[in-house]
Amino acid sequence: MGMKGILRVVPKEEYLLPGNPSCPGCPASLGLRYLLKALGGKAILVIPASCTSIIVGPYPFSSLRVPVLNIAFAAAASTAAGISEALKVKGKEGIQVVVWAGDGGTADIGLQALSGAAERNSDILYVCYDNEAYMNTGIQRSSLTPYGAWTTTTPKGKVEEKKNLPMIVAEHKVPYVATASVGYPIDLILKVRKAIKYRGFKYIHLHAPCPYGWRFPANKTVEVAKLAVKTGIWVLYEIENGKFRLTSLSSSLIDPSKRLPVNKYLKLQGRFKHLSEEDISRIQEHVNTMWDELMRLVKES
Amino acid sequence: MISLRRSKVMKLLLTSNYAAAYGAKLARVEIVAAYPITPQTQVVEKLAEFIEGEELKATMIRVESEHSAMAACIGAAAAGARPFTATSSQGLLYMYEMIWWAAGARLPIVMGVVTRAIAPPWSIWSDHADILSIRDSGWIIIFSESAQEVLDNIIQAYRIAEHKEVLLPVAVGWDAFTSSHTAEPVSLPEQELVDSFLPPRTPEPFVLDVNEPISHGNLTYPDEYMEFRFLINEGLERARKVIREVGKEYGKLTGREYGLIEEYKCGDADVILVTLGSMAGDVKDAVDILRKEGYHAGLVKLRCLRPFPREALLNALREARAVGIVERSFSMGRGGIIATEINSLLRESGVNDVVTVSYIAGLGGREIGVNDFINIFKSLFKKMERGSGFEVVWYGLRG
Repeated sequence: MGMKGILRVVPKEEYLLPGNPSCPGCPASLGLRYLLKALGGKAILVIPASCTSIIVGPYPFSSLRVPVLNIAFAAAASTAAGISEALKVKGKEGIQVVVWAGDGGTADIGLQALSGAAERNSDILYVCYDNEAYMNTGIQRSSLTPYGAWTTTTPKGKVEEKKNLPMIVAEHKVPYVATASVGYPIDLILKVRKAIKYRGFKYIHLHAPCPYGWRFPANKTVEVAKLAVKTGIWVLYEIENGKFRLTSLSSSLIDPSKRLPVNKYLKLQGRFKHLSEEDISRIQEHVNTMWDELMRLVKES
Repeated sequence: MISLRRSKVMKLLLTSNYAAAYGAKLARVEIVAAYPITPQTQVVEKLAEFIEGEELKATMIRVESEHSAMAACIGAAAAGARPFTATSSQGLLYMYEMIWWAAGARLPIVMGVVTRAIAPPWSIWSDHADILSIRDSGWIIIFSESAQEVLDNIIQAYRIAEHKEVLLPVAVGWDAFTSSHTAEPVSLPEQELVDSFLPPRTPEPFVLDVNEPISHGNLTYPDEYMEFRFLINEGLERARKVIREVGKEYGKLTGREYGLIEEYKCGDADVILVTLGSMAGDVKDAVDILRKEGYHAGLVKLRCLRPFPREALLNALREARAVGIVERSFSMGRGGIIATEINSLLRESGVNDVVTVSYIAGLGGREIGVNDFINIFKSLFKKMERGSGFEVVWYGLRG
C-alpha cells in the first residue's frame, strides 16, 4: 500500500497522548496507538498488570483519551465481560469493551478468565500484545517466550516452545481470531475494524518486539517486527467464523523460498546471541513444520 | 412452596439461600455473576430461574471461577450497573484479590456469603473463618440470624453500598446449612414498597463513560496512596450512621427495624453473651431459661461486623461483670477474632472491671445448642467473681 493509501486507512486522530512514560521504541505504545485509531475512541479499555499499567500514566494523569479500568493481573477478560453486560443492561450500544493485555496476563495468569470469556462468547475485543516475556517486572520468561530465548529466569535460554495461543483461542469457536504485528499497522487496523463488526468474543494476538527485553536498539522495533513476518517466524492470519486466511505479507510466503532464513531475525536480537548453529537449525525446522501445518489450514479453508 | 397471602404481605417458606435470591430480585439487581460452591448454589440457581422466567430483568454471567465472579461484578459496577454475587469458604478465598479491588475501587457491590469452614481437611459446614478473612479489606460486613434477616439485609445492603457518603461493597453473611438449607416463614415486601425504598442506582460521575473518559486505578505514588486508604476508612466510619438510618427507614416500611447490634435482655444483665448468626436464637432461649432460674443473663447479637459497632457495643456491655464471646472463628496464635476486638474495645474505653472470655465453638459445623449456652452462661457467672481478665476457651474440645 502506498503512502496515500495508508493515510486513507489510518485516522489522524490521536488517542494515545505524546509524553506518555513508555520506553523508547516501545511496541505496546505503537500497537495501542493503532488500536485506538481503529476504534475511533468509542472504547472502554481494561488493562491488567502490564507495561501498559505504567504507560497509561500515574494518578491523576492519563495518557489515553478513552476510559480505562486498571485491573488485577488475572481478571481482565472477566472484568471486561462485566462491563460489556452492564452496558447492554443500561442500553448503551456501540461501545467496544477492549482488553489490552500482555502475554503473561493473557497466556499465563489470565488464561482461565480468557478461556471462560471466550467459551461464553462474551461481547468483547481481547488484544494480547505479545512481547514474549514479563517485561514490566524485568524480562522473566512467559509461556509465550520462544524456544532458545534468554530471559532473566532462563539465563541459558528457554528450553520449551512458545504456546500457540491464537489457535487455542480459535478452538473456543469464537467468531473472530487474528494475529497481527506492530510492523504491519494497516493489517492491524483492518483486523480491528473487521473484529468489531462481530458481536461476541474477538481476539487479536499482536506480535510486539521489545527493544529492552529482546536486546536490540530502540530504533529497530519495526525492522525486527517485519523480519519476524518475513522469516515466517510470526505469521499474519485471521480466522473468521472458523475460516482460516493468511493476510498481508504472510499470504505470499507459502513458498518456502520466499521466506528469509530465521537467522536474519534472530541475529538482530541479544536474547538469541548465545544460540548454536544447531539451535538455529532447530528453530528453522520448527518454522518449516509450522508452515506445513498452515498449508493444510489454507487448503482446508 | 407454601404461600400464606395476608393483605399486602406475602409470606413464603424459604431457606436463607432462597431468601437471598428473593432479596436480590426485589433489589432489582442487573448483573449476577457467580460460580457454584456448596452451600451457596441454590442462591444462584434460584436467580437463574428468576432471570430465565423473566421475573427479573438481569443478565447472568456464568463465570468460570470466583475470581472472575468478583471481577465481573467490579466491571459491571464500574460501568454503573447493580451487581450481585454469592459465594462461600474456598470461593471467597479464591476471589480474595478481587475483594480488595472492589473495596479499593469504591464500588457498590453486594455479595452473599454462606459462611462455611475452610479446608483442609474438607468441611462444608458452618464456620466464620471465611467471612472474617475479609475483615480488613474495606467491605461492610453484615450478618444474618434468619432467612427473614437475609432477605431484609440484602435489600438494605444496596441502599448502604450505593449511599454517596459510603460507596463501599457490602457482604451479607448467613450460616451454612443451619440457615442456608433450613426453611422458615419469610415476609416478602411488595415490589413497589422496595422500589420506593431502593430506587435504581444513580451512577456516580466517575463511572466508565466514553464521553467523559477517565482512568481508574492508575499507579499512585507514595505521596497519594495513603490518602486513598484513609478515605476508604472514612467511608466505612460514615457507614455506621447510614446503616442505622437505613435500618430505621426499612423498619418504618416493613415493621422490621435493624441496627448495628441487637440487644436481648441486656439492661440489668450481669453476664452477656455476644454472638452472631444462627447461634443467636439458641442463646435467646438460654437467656429465657436462665432468667426463670433467677440469673441476670443477656445477649448481644452482632449484626454489623464492619464497621465495628464501637459505641453500640460499649453501651450494651459496659455494665456487665462478665462478657462471653461465642464465635465460629479464631485468629491462629491469638484468640477469637471478635472476642479480641471486643476485649480491646472494653479495655481501651476504660472498662476494666469485667471478665471477658473468648469461646471458640461450633467450628466446622460442630453442634452447639441451648444446653451448651446454658453451660457457658453458668460458667461465666462463676468466672465473673474474678473481677477482671481475659481468657480463651475452646468449648467442647475432645480430649
